[in-house]
Amino acid sequence: MEHAPLDLPEDPRLAGNIAHFAAALRRAGVPAGPDRLILATRAVQAAGFTDRTDFYHTLHAVFVRRPEHRATFAQLFRLYWRDPRYLEHMMAMLTPTVRGVQQDRTPKPAEKRAAEALLNQPAHLPEPQADPPETLDLDAAATASTRERLRTLDFEQMSTAEMAVAKRMLATLRLPVKPLTSRRIQTAPQGRIDRRATLRAALRRGDLTTLKRAKPTTRWPNLVALCDISGSMSSYSRALLHFLHAVANREGQGWAEVHGFTFGTRLTNITRHLRTRDVDAALAAAGAETQDWEGGTRIGDTLHVFNRDWSRRVLGQGAVVLLVTDGLDRGDADRLAFEARRLHLSARRVIWLNPLLRFDGFAPKAAGIRALLPHVDSLRAGHSIAALEGLAEALSRPDDTGDLTRLRR
Amino acid sequence: MPHARMKSPMTSIDDVQLRLAGQDYVCGRALATVIYLALTLNRPLFLEGEAGTGKTEVAKAIAATLGRRLIRLQCYEGLDASSAVYEWNFAAQMVAIRRAEATGEPPPDLFSDDFLIARPLLEAMKPQPGGPPVLLIDEVDRTDAPFEAFLLEALSDFQVTIPETGTVRAPEPPIVILTSNRTREVHDALKRRCLYHWVDYPTHDREMEILAARAPEASAALSREVVAFVQKLRTEDLFKKPGVAETIDWAKCLLALDMINLSPEVIADTLGALLKYQDDIQKLHGSEARRILDEVRAEVG
Repeated sequence: MEHAPLDLPEDPRLAGNIAHFAAALRRAGVPAGPDRLILATRAVQAAGFTDRTDFYHTLHAVFVRRPEHRATFAQLFRLYWRDPRYLEHMMAMLTPTVRGVQQDRTPKPAEKRAAEALLNQPAHLPEPQADPPETLDLDAAATASTRERLRTLDFEQMSTAEMAVAKRMLATLRLPVKPLTSRRIQTAPQGRIDRRATLRAALRRGDLTTLKRAKPTTRWPNLVALCDISGSMSSYSRALLHFLHAVANREGQGWAEVHGFTFGTRLTNITRHLRTRDVDAALAAAGAETQDWEGGTRIGDTLHVFNRDWSRRVLGQGAVVLLVTDGLDRGDADRLAFEARRLHLSARRVIWLNPLLRFDGFAPKAAGIRALLPHVDSLRAGHSIAALEGLAEALSRPDDTGDLTRLRR
Repeated sequence: MPHARMKSPMTSIDDVQLRLAGQDYVCGRALATVIYLALTLNRPLFLEGEAGTGKTEVAKAIAATLGRRLIRLQCYEGLDASSAVYEWNFAAQMVAIRRAEATGEPPPDLFSDDFLIARPLLEAMKPQPGGPPVLLIDEVDRTDAPFEAFLLEALSDFQVTIPETGTVRAPEPPIVILTSNRTREVHDALKRRCLYHWVDYPTHDREMEILAARAPEASAALSREVVAFVQKLRTEDLFKKPGVAETIDWAKCLLALDMINLSPEVIADTLGALLKYQDDIQKLHGSEARRILDEVRAEVG
């Protein structure tokens, strides 16, 4: 029986160490499977184990696959291969009881993750949020009339029990979108004549019997949601995040990718959490990452951060932007107008959901609202389930402007 | 082979650095390591980074250093197999049929190599003078997921099947370099096949070396000011930071205008070579450019 050649360096301890290092990387959230491990061993063999920097770059080339993994890798590498005293320092820091002289520096963000991975024990195990025992007497099958009432009820006016029912209704809501025409073509019963395919088929049969036809295929756009989670907006944003989670996770909704961001005083990317199947776990994780629930709002500043750091990553290929905010900004209105224009130029479509529209006599008086108005394609209320259903309409009609025409007048 | 002599392979990381420098490509230790590994382990190299950081240039420099042919596949939205792998020359086929009809001769084999248009991927599978070619798959983030899946397959066994004629298999796998500007995340499955490297903006010293290699006619004083200014600019709050390509362009612009050092007026006139968004240019107009220049002078001086 033949064995696959084992590519081990001469020092078996080195191979073992690389394996241990890979395991530590995995615990730190950098995917490093067995295939990477084999490649790493071969790479070290190829590059030689002579120089620390080269060794670093060699392992880096094999294990790092995303820019955000670089910091974690660098810290872990330092901990693992370089500085044993540093490990002690991290251990001391992770032990909650003794906090003495060693506490001379605060850890960089990735350091803590790296240390946790090496020591195989989280610094502060987040207690699983024990939900208070469910005392609500939930009417499991909400009657038709309750549902009908909830459809139009303002999210802010719902009781906790009503909100629970509303969330389940939100999860069944759909947000269909019209596909975009792609530049690919595909055989189809109708469409323009595909001359090449026709000739090939003719050759196969020996005679020209049928004309082959083809038409352009379609593709789905991306959805990018920017949710304001400041005090005045929190109940709407929570409801909308539930909706967004449903859109992101149900098959056949039509969106290629759904990206989610929350903002108040700072911008947080919660896309990763939205992919978690369980909606409560997803929103709890997103909430944990987001530091500024119900703080103030600086829309201009956060839009600036989005434009600078994310717009070129997520707004390519015809993305639709859903901007959820009441537009009550504490920052500079000119700056907001500038950044909103930038956003509008980068996105295929910007749809603004503003719950303030639910008031009949709403007029754009606040400076923030006036700054945003010229730079969106559509404006809708989104304060109730019925209003969110109306959003689907806004998406399927490219010329839909919602209440925009009324307000711009 | 008369016109292309096979040049010796790279023997170490130092060798990579040295020989790429011979092609006026200055690369750091990290990049040299990945290139060396990609060449030694026969793995595709995935280079990701902001636009203008020299990703495409790497492929050109490697091809020139090794004396290999560079085959480039520029990706775009809707790129499909017929423009990436091969296509039948439909027009020529029709002409051949018509000629056969007119002359009464038996028609030629319509699906032979005479009527085949080889696109970059097929071209890269064929034997090339000087050894396996360098296949540059540029800006892979511009295509879509189906094409990525197709690439994954093509890159795993380096062969292409044409139903009418058979399978073309690369005698030796080409050197594959993929680049991405990260306008979206490329799927992990594709990255897994490759060695990954994030191409960052160069440090001050490295950028001086690059400028000396790429625009040798610039004086040391001008180069110092240009590099220091661009480095400073990258720390400013801009929508799109200038890359190395912009630094080189800008230095060449200044040389064309016979400038020997920077002034706020010159910067204002030539800013278009450095910044490509109106918002950024607006921001730098007037006192802002002067402030940065003064800071740079204070540091350099």
